[in-house]
Amino acid sequence: MSADKTAPFIQIRNLKKRFGNQQVLSGINLDIRKGETLLIIGPSGEGKTVLIKHVIGLLRPDEGSVVVDGVEVNKLKERDLAPVRKRVSMLFQGGALFDSLTVEQNTAFPLIEAGVRDSAEITLRVREALEAVDLYEHKHKLPVNLSGGMRKRAGIARAIVGRTQCILYDEPNSGLDPIVADVIDRMILRMQKRYGVTSLVVTHDMGSVFKISDRVAFLKRGVIHFLGTPAELKASTDPEVRDFIEGRSGITS
Amino acid sequence: MGFLSYMGQLAFLLRDLITAFQSGVWRLKLVAHEIVAIGFGSQAVVIVTGAFTGAVFTFQTYAKFKDFGVESTVGAIVSVALCRELGPVLAGLMVSGRVGAAMAADIGTMKVTEQVDALRVMGVHPVDYLVLPRFIAMMVSMPLLVAESIAFGLLASYVVAVHGYGVPEAWFLAHMREHTNMLDVGIGMIKGFVFGVIITIVACHQGLRAENGAVGVGVGTTRAVVISSLAMLICNFFLSILLNYLSPLGTGM
Repeated sequence: MSADKTAPFIQIRNLKKRFGNQQVLSGINLDIRKGETLLIIGPSGEGKTVLIKHVIGLLRPDEGSVVVDGVEVNKLKERDLAPVRKRVSMLFQGGALFDSLTVEQNTAFPLIEAGVRDSAEITLRVREALEAVDLYEHKHKLPVNLSGGMRKRAGIARAIVGRTQCILYDEPNSGLDPIVADVIDRMILRMQKRYGVTSLVVTHDMGSVFKISDRVAFLKRGVIHFLGTPAELKASTDPEVRDFIEGRSGITS
Repeated sequence: MGFLSYMGQLAFLLRDLITAFQSGVWRLKLVAHEIVAIGFGSQAVVIVTGAFTGAVFTFQTYAKFKDFGVESTVGAIVSVALCRELGPVLAGLMVSGRVGAAMAADIGTMKVTEQVDALRVMGVHPVDYLVLPRFIAMMVSMPLLVAESIAFGLLASYVVAVHGYGVPEAWFLAHMREHTNMLDVGIGMIKGFVFGVIITIVACHQGLRAENGAVGVGVGTTRAVVISSLAMLICNFFLSILLNYLSPLGTGM
């Protein structure tokens, strides 16, 4: 909704968050431009998920600000966040599907809640979303009867069905076989090309980093340690970045 | 201090609930579903509770009243006690065990598996979607469950007194009618309504604040039943004083 087209879609300034004794985020500054795909990589437990949860207002920062599409989300009350959340959707690590609903009903949920009443349109869009993640034939199953990877894909279907302007993916590829992981990567690219979706992807999968990202952010010790294009990442001489992309632990057997 | 902050949290939940109620989006399908689960499903429990309470109360009072030679007034005392106190309190305790526990466990599980966050991400306030339908269903169901419990209590009392002890049917019914009226039943139903509110608020609050996985859900469920039961008993005392002040007990006793 911002007037300025070149303004970043998401603007994170000096974001700090602490859980108990652990300072998880210690001053994050990051801009995500409209329509770009930015991947966040970094070691486990360094706050990548915490970071994207701040973007959609699930967590409140201790300090700093998060501006999404011109709206400062950390200042809004829970009910006032709804309009922002209609423009941004999120895939949870575990899928977070509703146990009591089938895959189809789960996928239709955001549409129905957004006020779509035309059942033909709902059926069509749900079908489209489920086919994009190769799950259409399982639409009548309940989440408990799905495998972990299928649950994740159903979660992705639910995140993309509303055609929101921005999608936050929390590890879309983990737990998937290489072929399906590629299907998901292609789908993220397609969403960007076809609908101009801004994507923020948390991942460990270096393969998708070089396949889909416009820019990469490397998160370590609560700050953005590296930010640049995949080519710059590949050329980086920073030892910590190198260890991460080459998968070296430094332990010798 | 802990108590004050707990009451504060309940007050906030109640405020959110009122906002949700006023919003007019009631999700009647969910309400209907909850009425079936809560109201219809609890019938067997409250019927058995009411019937055997009525029966045992009659059995014991008869023995003592016989000493005074007023055994035909057993119906009167049983009826007043059931309507005003035993019916609502025992039905309330049973429903808190059955329904309150289920509410806390359902919502708690959704909370720890991020389903509540998924709702929030889709711009749906958890109170609107999870608490309000349960609340409306309880407000409808509880008074009826209490009335049902009382009715079966009186029926059991009749069976024990008239068919078990051979109290003349006419005397039993005449005394019962003389000393109870619709107001007594109404008081029972009002209490049932209040208890329904207490159970829903306490149980849903425990569910929504659940954390730490399965252990947290277990703790929340236990607390929901214990706190709502105790709160009901304490409220019942003050409610009795208030209601008896507004409508003094019996004339001829």
